[in-house]
Amino acid sequence: MHTHIFENYEPNDKSSLIPLLQEVQSVYGYLPESALQEVADFVGMPLSRVYGVATFYNQFRLAPLGENIIRVCRGTACHVKNSANILLALENALNIKAGGTTRDRKFTIEVVNCIGACSIAPVMTVNDEYYGRITVKDIPNIVKKYSKAPKPKEVSITPEVGLV
Amino acid sequence: MVQLTINNIKVNAEEGMTILEAAKSVGIHIPTLCHLKGLAPTGACRICVVEVQGQRNLTPSCAFPVFDGMVVETNSPRVRKARKTIVELLIENHPQDCLICVRNKNCELQNLSEKYSVREHRYVGASRNHALDISSASLERDPAKCILCGRCVRVCHEVQKVGAIDFTNRGFSSIVTTPYNKGINVSDCILCGQCILVCPTAALREKGSLKEVVNALNDKNKFTIVQVAPAVRATLGEEYNIPLGTDVTGQMVTGLKRLGFKKVFDTNFAADLTIMEEATELIHRVQNGGKLPMFTSCCPGWIKYAEQNRPEILEHLSTCKSPHEMEGAVLKTYYAKKMGINPKDVFVVSIMPCTVKKYESNRNELSEENMADVDAVLTTRELVRFFKIAGIEFGDLPEGYFDNPLGESTGAAAIFGTSGGVMEAALRTAYFKLSGKELENLELEAIRGEDGVKEATIPIGDLNVNVAVVNGIGNVKRILDEVQNGTSKYHFIEVMTCPGGCINGGGQPIHQQTEKIQKRMKALYQIDNKMKLRRSHENESVKILYKEFLVEPNSHKAHEILHTEYFDRKKVISKDL
Ligand code: SF4
Ligand code: SF4
Ligand code: SF4
Ligand code: FES
Ligand code: FES
Repeated sequence: MHTHIFENYEPNDKSSLIPLLQEVQSVYGYLPESALQEVADFVGMPLSRVYGVATFYNQFRLAPLGENIIRVCRGTACHVKNSANILLALENALNIKAGGTTRDRKFTIEVVNCIGACSIAPVMTVNDEYYGRITVKDIPNIVKKYSKAPKPKEVSITPEVGLV
Repeated sequence: MVQLTINNIKVNAEEGMTILEAAKSVGIHIPTLCHLKGLAPTGACRICVVEVQGQRNLTPSCAFPVFDGMVVETNSPRVRKARKTIVELLIENHPQDCLICVRNKNCELQNLSEKYSVREHRYVGASRNHALDISSASLERDPAKCILCGRCVRVCHEVQKVGAIDFTNRGFSSIVTTPYNKGINVSDCILCGQCILVCPTAALREKGSLKEVVNALNDKNKFTIVQVAPAVRATLGEEYNIPLGTDVTGQMVTGLKRLGFKKVFDTNFAADLTIMEEATELIHRVQNGGKLPMFTSCCPGWIKYAEQNRPEILEHLSTCKSPHEMEGAVLKTYYAKKMGINPKDVFVVSIMPCTVKKYESNRNELSEENMADVDAVLTTRELVRFFKIAGIEFGDLPEGYFDNPLGESTGAAAIFGTSGGVMEAALRTAYFKLSGKELENLELEAIRGEDGVKEATIPIGDLNVNVAVVNGIGNVKRILDEVQNGTSKYHFIEVMTCPGGCINGGGQPIHQQTEKIQKRMKALYQIDNKMKLRRSHENESVKILYKEFLVEPNSHKAHEILHTEYFDRKKVISKDL
């Protein structure tokens, strides 16, 4: 599915690393391990270094996104309105950390800086919907609403073994 | 020549030297953490900062070259304060675990804390919380103890050229780990432990096996035997402040006897045995058009590397087990039978300079009738801990002697522990076997020393035998490329994973003294020099073993017990995306 991306690059050229990672991500939405290994072999770098680069930049995702993406604003206005607690409540409700995806791949939590809705701070969005002036108490209901949605279609992914 | 002043002392330094090196040349010590001799500086930790007149900021001395007229202060109040702050910050982000840590009293962070008189916790913040990685049979990673100096990363990438671990993430969540933070056992790591040797803290350490050994010794039904690798005797003394390069065989043997082992045998015996098998195998390949060049197989790190990275060349590997595995196999067959012991009750412990050998001893194929050839492997460092627990004061021990028959050895076996040694030993015997004459000049200087790749051509009869010695796995790539594309001119190639060979193995004493490789090598060559018998085929006990049991080198029986097989372990990840 992604093999075509190598066509435009010379092998063993370390400077193509970042563009190649971007292309892989544009195919899958994240960087699957087997693709990362192929990129490593292609540019002639150890997988560990490629993984190190991929985790250094915020633009790269190492795990597939969940079906629903929750973005919690941690901008200044929201911070003043206690967005830290919103985030914490959400993390607890879904049992994952910001940046993570639930095991059933239903939810991903992301943290963002000011989404331009300061007047209704604290704000979070789920997919394209905005939720303003929320309190910790609202979290369970919002989560529930999206949990009910139908199962996403099967995605084949590399099994994640080992330590996290 | 550059003239500068360091702490009011006039110093003549060479052009291009760093401030750190110039200071060292006049006996001024500057602490370092991220610095690794021989590798380009990264300037990451800044513990080495000094004041350079005319510069506003403090300067990292490990990365800054000297210039004419430079005036340096390495120990001003400002410098001391800066260093202390760095240490305090590191400590606050570190588990307060010293009392129960394997590196207690041999930890660079602890030393710095002591040196800069850190007496209170001035910064309190969140400490990083990372899972322990105990996935491998050889080493453990404890990233919570990592101070992110990067020394392991650089050794793994730049010296060993394996590149199993690297810095990942950033900022507060930075961690040195494997791709996808998986267990090290499923990474590219070959478990050589070179990273352990440079880690200033206990973030990298061996997987301890002391408990199993103590249990076996306490078990009345077990006949517990110990064997010691050639390289251990050349380094063990360092842990007791005996000068670098002192051979402590006698005391070591006595110490092992006092620990309660029924027999104390010498892996050197099996090193001689290995040479008999390996030299015969080489000659067979040369005379019968077998796969050449042939690679040595006594280093399990190298075997793991080949299996993971170059499965294409596995047929070039000698099929000989490594010496301690051979010794274990002989103990569980020939020796057990001879002594009338049930082989199931024999427990073989290997004292090794090596971390990979822990993993190796778990390999399925290294067993006789479902009994592992070797039951437990302790590193040199673990032996020191064992002596400590048992109340054995090493310095006071009288000299003892190995038990027989698996304790007899020649000078050829002694040098197995250094890069070039296996090759030299093999050539002494191959020469005799091919020509019927003894090699006159036993010391093959061309393949001694610390070069990355060493070569020699030895005329034996009308055959010119071309040999190469790869000193450190980081130097193996060219040699392997040549073998794979058919341009290799060699007949026989030795590969040792650790730079310098087993004397610098990942299980050896940890310190950063510069001359350790050289001095340890010398200790082994001296043992060889002093021996009456210096060729493996002169070992009487080995001869008897063949007569009574193995028949002859490479016999059917020898193959069954002393040889092994290899597997393609190139990573296979599902490609069905
Ligand atoms: S044991 Fe060797 S291969 Fe593994 S991480 Fe350490 S240096 Fe690298
Ligand atoms: S594991 Fe040890 S050597 Fe590696 S970066 Fe951490 S402290 Fe340094
Ligand atoms: S060189 Fe010696 S210590 Fe190093 S991995 Fe090989 S056998 Fe082990
Ligand atoms: S700070 Fe949250 S929307 Fe502006
Ligand atoms: S030792 Fe100089 S910056 Fe780390």
